[in-house]
Amino acid sequence: MIFAQVVGTVVATRRADDLPGAKYLLVEECTHRNQARGRYHVALDVVDSGVGEMVMIAQGSSCRQTEASYQKPVDALICGIVDLVDEHGRIVYRK
Amino acid sequence: MQLARVAGTVVSTRKEQRIEGIKFLLLEKIDAATMEGKAEYVVAMDSVGAGSGEVVFYASGSSSRMTAVTEGRPSDAAIIAIVDAIDLGGDTVYRKGEA
Repeated sequence: MIFAQVVGTVVATRRADDLPGAKYLLVEECTHRNQARGRYHVALDVVDSGVGEMVMIAQGSSCRQTEASYQKPVDALICGIVDLVDEHGRIVYRK
Repeated sequence: MQLARVAGTVVSTRKEQRIEGIKFLLLEKIDAATMEGKAEYVVAMDSVGAGSGEVVFYASGSSSRMTAVTEGRPSDAAIIAIVDAIDLGGDTVYRKGEA
């Protein structure tokens, strides 16, 4: 997985995902210290995250291994909201 | 998934049997921070009926084969949705039909 910050929302009515009520968020890749990297993705949110939160993104076929995304055309999934990152015993990010 | 704008269509007469009848679109990737094109292009199968100039997002790799249109076909990029609106940092940076 990679780290990203939720920076916005993407609204789309016409979709091929067959997922009623699907929530897509705009995320920007970040470092484990929550520094933005300028690379954006549209990701399916299954953990009810919100703008400003640091999240973990699963990519590729791996992100289809949830009940909501199974066999769906999704290649980026928000699979967790990050509470804390510890690097060598030092907390480098806290929600 | 990546944001892109439909830049055109791709026509291919001689092609693999399984992709006959499939609509191919030329997509230019978009930088979400500016909504400007990045001059990076990709050919994607269309599963939603997208048209020229529309902002879409597409799935890559095996995920792109998980639609009714692309299932069982040699696809590695498929348009999954036509975008109505994008909100970035509290501002609406894109709304369909507006410049």
